[in-house]
Amino acid sequence: MLLIPCPHCGPRNADEFSFHGELVRRPAPDASRESWRAYLYEKDNVAGWMHEQCFHVSGCRRFLVLERNTITDEIRSVRDVAEQKT
Amino acid sequence: MTTRLPVRPGEVIDRSDVRRFTWNGSGVSGFGGDTIASALAASGVSVFSRSFKYHRPRGILTADQHDPNLFVQVRDEPNVRAGHRLVEDGMVVSAQNAWPSLRYDVRSATRLIGRFLTPGFYYKTFMGPRTLRPPYQRVLRRFSAGGTVGGAAPDVRSEKRFAHPDVLVAGGGPAGMAAAVAAAATGARVLLVEENHELGGHLRYSGVAGLASLTELRDGVAAADGIEVMTDAVVAGRYDHNWVAVVERIGARERLVKARVKCLVVAAGKIERPYVFAGNDLPGVMLSGAAMRLINLWAVAPGTRAVVATAGESENTVVDQLESAGVDIAEVVDLRMPRQQLVRARGRGHVAAVEVGDGRAVEADLLVTAVGWTTPTSLLNMAGDLPVYDERAARFLPGGLPDDVLATGEIVGDGSLEEIVAHARAVGSEAGRRARRRAIDWAQSTPRATSPSPPPSSDPVEIPRLDPADHPELFQGPTDGFVDFSEDVRGKDLALAAAEGYDSIELSKRYTTATMGPIQGKLEVVNAVAVHAAATGATIAETGTTTWRPPYAPITLGALGGRDEDPIRRSPMYEWHLEHGATPLVAGQWIRPDHYGDPASEVRNTRSNVGIIDVSPLGKIELRGADVPDLLEFVYINRWSKLGVGRVRYGAMCGEDGVVFDDGVTARLEEARYYMTTTSSGAAGVWNWLDEWLQTFFPSWDVRMTAVTDGYAAINVAGPASRRLLERIVEGVDLARDAFGYMHARTGKVAGVPDCILLRIGFTGELSFEVHVPSGFGLHVWTSLLDAGADLGVAPFGVEAQRIMRLEKGHLIVGQDTDGLTKAHAAALGWAVKADKPDFAGKPELVWESESGPSRLLVAVQPTDPRLVPPEASQIVDGDTIVGRITSSRMSPSLGRSVCLALVNTELAAPDTSLTIHLANGRRATARVMEHHAHFDPEGERLRG
Repeated sequence: MLLIPCPHCGPRNADEFSFHGELVRRPAPDASRESWRAYLYEKDNVAGWMHEQCFHVSGCRRFLVLERNTITDEIRSVRDVAEQKT
Repeated sequence: MTTRLPVRPGEVIDRSDVRRFTWNGSGVSGFGGDTIASALAASGVSVFSRSFKYHRPRGILTADQHDPNLFVQVRDEPNVRAGHRLVEDGMVVSAQNAWPSLRYDVRSATRLIGRFLTPGFYYKTFMGPRTLRPPYQRVLRRFSAGGTVGGAAPDVRSEKRFAHPDVLVAGGGPAGMAAAVAAAATGARVLLVEENHELGGHLRYSGVAGLASLTELRDGVAAADGIEVMTDAVVAGRYDHNWVAVVERIGARERLVKARVKCLVVAAGKIERPYVFAGNDLPGVMLSGAAMRLINLWAVAPGTRAVVATAGESENTVVDQLESAGVDIAEVVDLRMPRQQLVRARGRGHVAAVEVGDGRAVEADLLVTAVGWTTPTSLLNMAGDLPVYDERAARFLPGGLPDDVLATGEIVGDGSLEEIVAHARAVGSEAGRRARRRAIDWAQSTPRATSPSPPPSSDPVEIPRLDPADHPELFQGPTDGFVDFSEDVRGKDLALAAAEGYDSIELSKRYTTATMGPIQGKLEVVNAVAVHAAATGATIAETGTTTWRPPYAPITLGALGGRDEDPIRRSPMYEWHLEHGATPLVAGQWIRPDHYGDPASEVRNTRSNVGIIDVSPLGKIELRGADVPDLLEFVYINRWSKLGVGRVRYGAMCGEDGVVFDDGVTARLEEARYYMTTTSSGAAGVWNWLDEWLQTFFPSWDVRMTAVTDGYAAINVAGPASRRLLERIVEGVDLARDAFGYMHARTGKVAGVPDCILLRIGFTGELSFEVHVPSGFGLHVWTSLLDAGADLGVAPFGVEAQRIMRLEKGHLIVGQDTDGLTKAHAAALGWAVKADKPDFAGKPELVWESESGPSRLLVAVQPTDPRLVPPEASQIVDGDTIVGRITSSRMSPSLGRSVCLALVNTELAAPDTSLTIHLANGRRATARVMEHHAHFDPEGERLRG
């Protein structure tokens, strides 16, 4: 089980978090059907470093952005979504 | 006949503690400290099991937990490792996999047809025709291996433990003990895990010379601060970020320990490997470790006259030990010498003679092999290491390890005891240093935590070299024998697999099942790789090893399952319901009253008088702040901006894919205070969903959210007399029709309880008020309502009556009348979708659904036969095509006929369309699509009364 260093709670087991997938940008509501379908269903499924969003649902209830290597499961950075540059 | 020896120095048995048990029905005895196998061996037993495929008699091979031949049944418990389990008084032990008896197993006739049981035999033979598979299955089941699970086996739920050691040392031999002591000396908390019943590893049984060191090392562990010793426990797996599973055994019980380890030290030692030659599975053929364990731990003579096959000086220890136990050494075969060979072990059911290289047959009742080692690299593999084959040492060695895993002892290399201990001490100190560094990293990433002090040295501890000793590559003699004893796989089976094209060891393993038995390759993996390599013409290094996956040792499912950890939630009125005859209904985490005897009469009473239902499980969220209207506009599909204070509105929520995932009502209690209710099962999901949007998309909005599901008990008071009933106990709220209209909300005092919320809404279709009261007063308000309304005919109703009434009204239940693909228009919620809002969750998908038209539509349906209540999920068909399904179905007490909701293909959704329902018994029934969703009171006059 991964150990995720929550910036608010410290290192906690992954089963306290819910996984919310790759960090993706929501298209504008009037964007094309293609870009909406891509947002909803087409994920990059990166082998390597990726940004992903998770929710510390059994902890501080903050949404976090992780930088995780999907091959080694190394976690390079974890930030509160509020600190994430948009 | 006893083979017990006089007292041996270092023996682990207590001769004053006699334990009596039975073996296949006959009485035998052993001593405290004996394993089942050692006690039976001391009583002269030499055949312990029949082999997996050919039902060959099998005896002791390793005499420890890895012995593939020592699986026995202990009462209801199958597959007990007799080389490990200690004997107890009154144990009932029997052989497995033998029928009708261990001595006369009729299935050993398969030896005669053994040539048919080649790899892939079952795949090749029993594939077709398909109709013959059931009889094949019945016959083959009789030949299946393993013990039997008794019907009377107790339902044991084992607890789990969480551990947080700084350093976990896997293996309690000399290296493990020394590493643990050194780690503890750095201030680390250490968990030392040893699979045997006591610490010591091979020092326990390798002769008198090691006993002084054994005592010294054990004393060091006992004297150290901060070491928890766990014996009869095994590290079953290493997972991400050093999440380590340990299985602790307490007799027949097992407990799973989940440990988050800062630094893992693997000191798993070496495992002796067998030699492949004809007759290598005859009882009386054993590994040198088995002979030394029997002699020195349990004082059992393994035989009287022995042939010893060795491959190096270090293995000669066994000769000394055999001699010290009074075993005659008939011959020592040095397999390094070109003319000396081990050709065959001969005998009927037991070794009687050993054929050696020059053609002689040496009489002997014991053949001991000491040919080499396998490294149990399992945990290293799981840490991402790919072990490397060293042909000079003839075994696999660690490749590269991550920062939080270290290895020490003979899994790394060879040396004198002093060299091994020195290496282990350095590794232990380094593990302590790395653990402390990690603790500081963790503390620094935790706000307000204090870092442990002092910080560790920045320089790594210098770890001395521990090189493997040279060892000859000896795997197979001039004849063929068993490579995998668990699975009855011989060298020629691996060669056949290679000839048939299974040229990768990973494929050959799956085809032949070599290394896939209960021992999981611990003994046989190097032999399997070597034989496969020889057959394919590759080197062992090129062939590589099979992948080791968790668990390292067998674990009972009960230990993994553990206790049911799902919480059970009960409303404050739960006890009252039970005392008043409620039938409990499990609804998600909640236990709710399904009914109090007769749901139909509960419906009639509510429709004609007044009923009350406990709806406390409803999700409840309080929202405050200036921007709550914007949030509501975004998460609900319908319009919210104009909701005035004192009003309540129905809303449906959709995901970004447009699929309906929850519905409920939200009231505006004050200018900037809103009260949202959700479905009972959707409470947590909606809360998380709102948080997700607020945190990730609208961080600047002024919205504060509090989940108050457990803070309020909720009671729906429904029926024509509901207003009159409430007027008797509500203070400060004018309940008159004109003052408190349909879809209005008020706050006030109920039965003397202040700060209650009243919502005039109606899921049941009656005049009704939902009363939310601080949960501590839930029972008080509930009983006050019943007391105050006795003359009005007030009675409680349960979930079933509510479901009937809402179905009579055609109100959908999200998740029952919709599924994971039902978007808002299909759920007949198209009226609510406000596509002119600039944005809301799910908007683009819903706009497109509206443009193209939903493919399915939720409609009300009535069967032609008013007595027919089609089961929910019955298919609606057109010929052989499924065109919909019944989602809700009940007998309506109010109408005296069956009523349904159904999801049907849109072309069948028009009113008066005739539908065909396919029933479970194969019959078909007709039904009609209704004009209104509400079967009962479609104009809603009662609701607004």
